[in-house]
Amino acid sequence: MAKHGIVLVSHVPEIAEGLTALLKEIAKDVSITFAGGTDEGEIGSSFDKISEAVANNEADEILAFYDLGSAKMTLDMVMELSDKKIHLLDAAMVEGAYTAATLAQGNTSLEDILNQIELLIVK
Amino acid sequence: MLTVENTKQWLFTFADKIKENASYLSELDQEIGDGDHGSNMVRGVEAMEEKLNESDSSDVSEVFKTAAMSLLSKIGGASGPLYGSALIGMAKSAGEDDQDLATLLQAGLEGIQKRGQAEQGEKTLVDLWIPVIEAVQNNTLTKESVQKAVEQTKPLKATKGRASYYGERSIGHIDPGAASSGYLFEALLESGVVNG
Ligand SMILES: Nc1ncnc2c1ncn2[C@@H]1O[C@H](COP(=O)(O)OP(=O)(O)OP(=O)(O)O)[C@@H](O)[C@H]1O
Ligand SMILES: [Mg+2]
Repeated sequence: MAKHGIVLVSHVPEIAEGLTALLKEIAKDVSITFAGGTDEGEIGSSFDKISEAVANNEADEILAFYDLGSAKMTLDMVMELSDKKIHLLDAAMVEGAYTAATLAQGNTSLEDILNQIELLIVK
Repeated sequence: MLTVENTKQWLFTFADKIKENASYLSELDQEIGDGDHGSNMVRGVEAMEEKLNESDSSDVSEVFKTAAMSLLSKIGGASGPLYGSALIGMAKSAGEDDQDLATLLQAGLEGIQKRGQAEQGEKTLVDLWIPVIEAVQNNTLTKESVQKAVEQTKPLKATKGRASYYGERSIGHIDPGAASSGYLFEALLESGVVNG
């Protein structure tokens, strides 16, 4: 298992799931967990689903990506209540997570991963 | 002065107002968002009512905490973490000695701003909380002053949240979050915590 894991949070279950599939293809040893939509599977964010995605991630240190507003704010609250080490990244979600997955698979250092993602910060 | 009784009364009155005005809140959100603010808030306040009815909180701080967790985990949109953070801030403040209402609300506002990073003028619920807190400090809070503050979000251009994607087109509409917060403060007046 790679040292760094990835958590994906989207408003839409299919986006979170689809992006996970895209990443898994090139990052077989990276723990990737996701939360998509509300508790009811509608468009939005779920505190419980995000908490679970964080709890179920097997890595020591997590890089987290999100799509819009409440996904970030809810993730933020989950982070406050969790004692895992999580980096919440304001990067373009697909490109940022793809970069993180590629580099985490190669066991690149955190510093180098973050430097690369820095170029993709859009929000 | 807040007591367990009137704090619960305040929150139950808020819940009633949200339920009565749910379709109006969603209509506002239809104009400059995704149209779910009313249904989001209803999900949250219904969960809050249930939890408040179940719990026998012994202090005000606990009442706010219970409300915070329900709103945070059931709203499902930006207003979930925002109202959740506001109420957590208020719970902390209520737990301290000599709390007065303005200080308590100020702690709520700080929770909102910490979470959403919005400043005054970005067309969010922050633009409602700021003038309301001022009015509480000056003993001038009335239903009219709350409604005026809600109206004053109309000319603003949104630069935070979903509405920000509308750019110039967000001008001329009331912010849905400011409107729902308006009900929170109308409820505050009606529950007798402050006299307006
Ligand atoms: N960053 C922010 N800071 C303060 N208030 C905000 C912020 N973002 C959104 N809001 C408030 O939230 C309200 C919208 O709440 P709503 O429940 O409709 O969430 P949403 O925008 O649909 O959520 P999502 O982020 O999931 O799209 C806005 O009217 C605004 O007052
Ligand atoms: Mg909305």
